[in-house]
Amino acid sequence: MADVGRIILLRLGLGILTLLVISALIFGAVELLPGDIAQAVLGQGATEETLAALRTEMGLDRSAPVRYIDWLAGAIVGDFGVSLLNQQPVADVIGPRFANTLFLAAYAAVIAVPVAILLGIIVALLRNTIFDRVANVATLTSISSPEFFLGYILILYFSVKTGWFPSIAKLSSSMTFFELLEATFLPALTMVLVVVAHMMRMTRAAIINLLASPYIEMARLKGAPGWKVITLHALPNAWAPIINVVALNLAYLITGVVLVEVVFVYPGIGQLLVDAVTKRDFPVVQACCLIFAATFILLNLAADVGAILTNPRLRHPK
Amino acid sequence: MNYFIIGYYALLIGGSCLAAHYKQRPAFLILFSLTLASFVMGIIGGEDALWAVTIAAGLLALAAGTAYSFREFLIVISGPQTARALRTAPLTAAFGMFVIFTYAVLGIFAPVIAPYGEAEVISQSFAPADENMLLGADQLGRDMFSRLVYGARNTVGLALVATAIAFFIGALLGMIAAVKQGWFDQAMGRVIDVVMSIPSLIFALLLLSIFGTNLVILVIIIGVIYSPRVYRLTRAVAGNVVVMDYIEAAKLRGEGMWYLIRREILPNSTAPLIAEFGLEFCFVFLLVAGLSFLGLGIQPPTADWGSMVRENATLISFGELTPLIPAGAIALLTVAVNMVVDWMLFRSSGLKE
Amino acid sequence: MAEKGNVLLKIEGLRIEAYAEEKWFEIVHGVDLLLRRGEVMGLIGESGAGKSTIGLAAMGFARDGCRISGGSVEFDGLELTTTSETDRRRLRGSRIAYVAQSAAASFNPAHKLIDQHTEAPVHYRIRKRMESQEDAMELYQRLRLPNPREIGFRYPHQVSGGQLQRAMTAMAMSCRPDLIIFDEPTTALDVTTQIEVLAAIRDIVDQFNTAAIYITHDLAVVAQMADVIKVLLKGDQVEESDTRSMLENPQEDYTKSLWAVRSFQRAEKDRPGDEAVPVVTVENIDASYGPVKVLEDVSFDVHAGMTVAVVGESGSGKSTAARCITGLLPPTKGRILFQGEELPASYLARTKDQLRQAQMIYQMADTALNPKIRIGDIIGRPAEFYGGLKGTDLKNRVDELLDMIELDPSKFYGRYPPELSGGQKQRVGIARSLAADPTFIICDEVTSALDQLVAEGILRLLDRLQQDLNLAYMFITHDLATVRSIADEVVVMKQGRVVEQGQKSEMFKPPHHPYTDLLLSSVPEMDPDWLTTLLEERGVDNVGEAATT
Repeated sequence: MADVGRIILLRLGLGILTLLVISALIFGAVELLPGDIAQAVLGQGATEETLAALRTEMGLDRSAPVRYIDWLAGAIVGDFGVSLLNQQPVADVIGPRFANTLFLAAYAAVIAVPVAILLGIIVALLRNTIFDRVANVATLTSISSPEFFLGYILILYFSVKTGWFPSIAKLSSSMTFFELLEATFLPALTMVLVVVAHMMRMTRAAIINLLASPYIEMARLKGAPGWKVITLHALPNAWAPIINVVALNLAYLITGVVLVEVVFVYPGIGQLLVDAVTKRDFPVVQACCLIFAATFILLNLAADVGAILTNPRLRHPK
Repeated sequence: MNYFIIGYYALLIGGSCLAAHYKQRPAFLILFSLTLASFVMGIIGGEDALWAVTIAAGLLALAAGTAYSFREFLIVISGPQTARALRTAPLTAAFGMFVIFTYAVLGIFAPVIAPYGEAEVISQSFAPADENMLLGADQLGRDMFSRLVYGARNTVGLALVATAIAFFIGALLGMIAAVKQGWFDQAMGRVIDVVMSIPSLIFALLLLSIFGTNLVILVIIIGVIYSPRVYRLTRAVAGNVVVMDYIEAAKLRGEGMWYLIRREILPNSTAPLIAEFGLEFCFVFLLVAGLSFLGLGIQPPTADWGSMVRENATLISFGELTPLIPAGAIALLTVAVNMVVDWMLFRSSGLKE
Repeated sequence: MAEKGNVLLKIEGLRIEAYAEEKWFEIVHGVDLLLRRGEVMGLIGESGAGKSTIGLAAMGFARDGCRISGGSVEFDGLELTTTSETDRRRLRGSRIAYVAQSAAASFNPAHKLIDQHTEAPVHYRIRKRMESQEDAMELYQRLRLPNPREIGFRYPHQVSGGQLQRAMTAMAMSCRPDLIIFDEPTTALDVTTQIEVLAAIRDIVDQFNTAAIYITHDLAVVAQMADVIKVLLKGDQVEESDTRSMLENPQEDYTKSLWAVRSFQRAEKDRPGDEAVPVVTVENIDASYGPVKVLEDVSFDVHAGMTVAVVGESGSGKSTAARCITGLLPPTKGRILFQGEELPASYLARTKDQLRQAQMIYQMADTALNPKIRIGDIIGRPAEFYGGLKGTDLKNRVDELLDMIELDPSKFYGRYPPELSGGQKQRVGIARSLAADPTFIICDEVTSALDQLVAEGILRLLDRLQQDLNLAYMFITHDLATVRSIADEVVVMKQGRVVEQGQKSEMFKPPHHPYTDLLLSSVPEMDPDWLTTLLEERGVDNVGEAATT
């Protein structure tokens, strides 16, 4: 087990290092601005005095590495500086919205993950039948459609034409949990449609890959019945690929959420990011990007650790 | 009960019986499950639901017919080797090729096909369709159809250029890394790992917020963001080639890197690389469309499908289909490319055995 | 062998189809087979002969993408092609067992060996779990596995290849089946390991009087194992008879070509005197892959017009030595001299002329020729690259080279490698090395992927070229028959060291170094009594006695 521990620690260390490099990238990218932030905020018409005043106020007179370390130290404890637009602390702006986004992503994931894995396994077992082909075309269509296409179709049929669900996700703190679920059903469903398709295809590929291995043939040649081949021989080896598929798609959810939030005017971090980009509110852009990247890296890390923990070769070293 | 419903079920059940009689298992399964599904849908949705099924089936049959004749057409006009490959193409792939062909024609001959200019205001905003305007007018009173045709040129063209850039950077570096190995390969691997651990849409948004939404910058940014994916695939494909003895023989002969890449590696990696180009195009195309939809991509008044969806989105709440048309155009092309790629991947994996 | 019982397996007119490019192709065209209880039948043929497919069909099993399209498979009175899948499945593991080629891939990595062993007997309620575990340990002991009481509690990746193959044989025996299908069980093993596995398999099959189908492409192996041999060629049966008469008196031309004992043997040339400068001298080289040392203090030399054979098992360092000479793997110590002058260690530092002088011919002609380049261009490139030939000069040179390797220039110039047979590809590989006009050629197992007759043709060609062009050869091989035919001097390697070297005539005469002896004696010979005699000589107890005590 010492070996596995070492590998996992190594992987964790690599993850943290990656995150550090990315934080530097995100910070450094803003440094690439023609002129600097103060210039970008005040525009071309600003006088030297006002520029200088703003620079001191924002601490721009210090060198870049010093400001980076300052920013990073703040980010670690949740302080991302002040929004350029309304002078509010960025953390206050992001906080509740990030919670909303996580809620939406979790909502979609809870539906999508079991459905997709189950369907993926079924389709893998039915491979090369007509159902498999139909499923192939259907999932291909789904992953090829932009999120806003699916979103507007759902709005048109489930909101405008039938009036079953609201088209705009208005949230308020007085809502009960079930009202919340109803209000966010359409955006969640949009994400489910895209993610299920992706996940089904990947699960199918992983399972088929597994079923082609010689030890599965051996199990069948030992006379094991179908269910035993799956549960006893395939499943113990399938965890790593399945964990991988899940993590990859959750990571995909995190980015897909940006477009979906805009379609449904959902008050999440994705929409905030888009607004901040249009209005060039750099502290908010940096904070959002860092949060998205961190979540992404965390999920990939989880997948890798899961794969390591379920690998029999690593669990029982020589 | 009206004649439509009776005819509907008679046709389905008759079809299932015929399929069963002639031992056409797949056809029977499809027809009969459709019959069963129709019972349920008919009870819930009434006659309208059955009409929807009929129309969908009709459209599918039309698409299949188009795909079939297009495939036959391609087989007739192409050389014997290509024709043999084309015969194995499933209808989905043939349909994909047909769609790509149509889009290419639309894009190339846009000024000839479109009745109006892309920025030409010809009527009131949101004017309904009439004999002059096939699809009505948009929010500024410009012809939807003309803008759609120009969009084929702008959106697809932009995505193509960005994909080409991504491919040029990624494939070149990938092959160099495969040939050189050693520290260059190692360092590239690390850099690629880091770049790929930032979600591409987020990365694009970050860079756009800094450099602004200039068209040239947009293309370069997207190309750079997607090149790591190409790099990884090329490195893997070329990695399988460079372990071959013929590469060792060429290296021991004293051949230079360019010869190895051009004459030995490239000819043996074309099939997976072409398929990857298709896949990559889909990703890039969806990203471009997404950015435009967010208002950060191609800027007005240039016609572009992503921003057309955004500009006309309000019509949705009146039950109008108009904003779905450019969105559908995006989906259709992506589906088409994916279907062709699917077939190509299947072929290249099948040929290996 | 002892008396054989009644008919156990009867296959008649078996046809099997495979699905490729949206079509069904027939890959087995009507094969008959009759196997009695306790009888061992060897199925022999090249790859693509349909051996494994027939072996699986004997279990009523067809791989994905394959189907039995005609004929009958009758096992102990039960017709497998028409019976239900459930009934077929119930035979597998209990009455018909299977031993796969790669035990490492065929054991499930997630379970311990003994749990995989007990699965079938527990499932069929033949034995309780504990009983079955005891039985497994006993079988492990009979199969002479080390630590028979503990080895079963390890995971597959914790056990070596030869041991896994025996554990898989034990697993096949777990329900005491009537029939075992052995699908190339020793192909992936080294010769010295192969002996142990062969002996273990043969004894246990004998003890339990199990019938077996033994699939292999190695004649000498099948001669040890089988009572009856059946020869297959591209899905057709060629001939069948009992082992001795098959070996002594093959009927069909194809069988004769397989059986052909290599007739080619060249007279040995004497080593030139000390004043002659060798073409290549390897002086005390060490080499390592990362921290792992793979060569230690290796020295030998090769003279013009002479052939040095470097012999050893996989992992002995014989190919690494070649990589050091070509400069792909710079040695960590020692030097390599070419005609008395030291060569730069890495090929990158060598001059074009130094590179030209030493050429290489590879084992797998498939991977040695770029499938996307025309034969003419493959052969022409070295002539163009080193000699600067162009246009008609180049074309003439390529034609001349194609003539030298006995391929018709007008036919082969424009073809691509995948259109050629194995032997033709290997000839193209030879022509490519000749195009550089070299003085020294490394031949890396050049004949081991080829059939006997084709291999002999290649050896004759190489010998003729050596005489015409006064070439020096370094011949890497594990096949002693090849050494006998072509070598002048022999270098025996083991675990990165040279254990013995000298003239060929001395090497094949005792006394040997113990390892050379083991290596020489482990190579199966085409004599049905070879294994028995060998085991007696080595003083291994007959396993039957060992197990009963």
